[in-house]
Amino acid sequence: MKEEKTLQVNAIKDGTVIDHIPAKNLFKVIKVLNLGTLIDTVTFGSNLESKKLGKKAIIKMSNKYFDDEEINKLILVAPQARLNIIKDYQVVEKKQVKVPETILGIAKCVNPKCITNNENVLTKFKVMYNKSVDLKCLYCEKITDQDHIVINS
Amino acid sequence: MKNRSLVSIEDYSKEEILRILELSEYFENNQNQKLLENKVVAMLFYEPSTRTRLSFESAVNRLGGRVIGFSDAGSSSVSKGESLKDTIQTVSKYSDLIVMRHPLEGAARFASEVSDVPVINAGDGANQHPTQTLLDLYSILKTQGTLNDLNIFLVGDLKYGRTVHSLLIALSHFNPVFNFIAHPRLQIPNEYKIYLNELGIKYYEHTEFSSIISKADIIYMTRVQRERFTDPVEYEKIKDVYVLKNSMLDNTKPNMRILHPLPRVNEIDIDVDDNPKAYYFTQAKNGVYTRQAIIASILELN
Repeated sequence: MKEEKTLQVNAIKDGTVIDHIPAKNLFKVIKVLNLGTLIDTVTFGSNLESKKLGKKAIIKMSNKYFDDEEINKLILVAPQARLNIIKDYQVVEKKQVKVPETILGIAKCVNPKCITNNENVLTKFKVMYNKSVDLKCLYCEKITDQDHIVINS
Repeated sequence: MKNRSLVSIEDYSKEEILRILELSEYFENNQNQKLLENKVVAMLFYEPSTRTRLSFESAVNRLGGRVIGFSDAGSSSVSKGESLKDTIQTVSKYSDLIVMRHPLEGAARFASEVSDVPVINAGDGANQHPTQTLLDLYSILKTQGTLNDLNIFLVGDLKYGRTVHSLLIALSHFNPVFNFIAHPRLQIPNEYKIYLNELGIKYYEHTEFSSIISKADIIYMTRVQRERFTDPVEYEKIKDVYVLKNSMLDNTKPNMRILHPLPRVNEIDIDVDDNPKAYYFTQAKNGVYTRQAIIASILELN
């Protein structure tokens, strides 16, 4: 199994591998983690077979490491994601997404009449994680469910 | 409650709600008090609401305070494009307390975060109107002698009516039974049913008035707004189904009282007004005492 993976997406020497991303959310993950600004090699594979997720995606980033706060942003788009920290081709640490209590500024509130969609106000949500991830706006109190989450650009 | 904003009814615990109601009774018996002397209250009404504004102004005046502010956004710096944040930060330098009505949901929470002084939410869009809820509770307490174990009927627009939603949450502290009477399109949203289920509170849904109202302790009427229906024919058809008439009250309980947040259109027939069970105008009067109590407790006046 492991061998097969390295065949599909090349191994990296140092950096981070994010695995178990739902394939349809690959580009959302790229957006949430702001991977477009990286300068070192980034490779990704999508629509890979996964027993857990059906189709999954994987991203490998050379010389990039994330802090916990960044990782927790993945709760919105890839709650089951696993991060492998690679040093000299070896996995030296594994990290998983933890459910943060609140999410600041990443997603948009679904309510067009919410103050955050009309004035320059950073969004703030309480995370409700129960099978799916729903966000309760701490301003207008409306719930944005997982299917309607829009990531701020 | 000292120096704490009141944005949502959920900001207050059961004990804090009861404390406000106790103070409301005090102000009903001692209405004119010079507790707010030398204090300035800013009233920022970004959309017109004559009733709420006058009720607050009356409360401040009866406490001996002064009022500054505006009663619609057109006559304020908003029309020059000032942000809410800038307005609030400025006004909080001029005043000891801000009372705000705003058409956008969440505006009051945001204002409370950027303001130096406490903010009372006098309505933010379809979201919250906690002082209305507290005056509703005071009215229920006064007419029933208790808030516990009551059978509460909520009628009309239960889907969009914010007063109904906040009242439901506040009453959930007191072991009520709810009966909802509404057109299928205007029924109570699922999230509130889930909320009641979690708390084990009983509720029943009906699509029209029936003899069931003989069980009511409180009938809380709300306005069904024309704007809620895309098809005007449908509105015309249903608008008369949810009208309460005097003849329907014959078999209701002697302690039953009819409440309405006002303004009313036609959902309570005027022939009900003279029935001793009609309580909505006294309810409006209770609003002044309740708001006196809220202001006094936030500013910790003795």
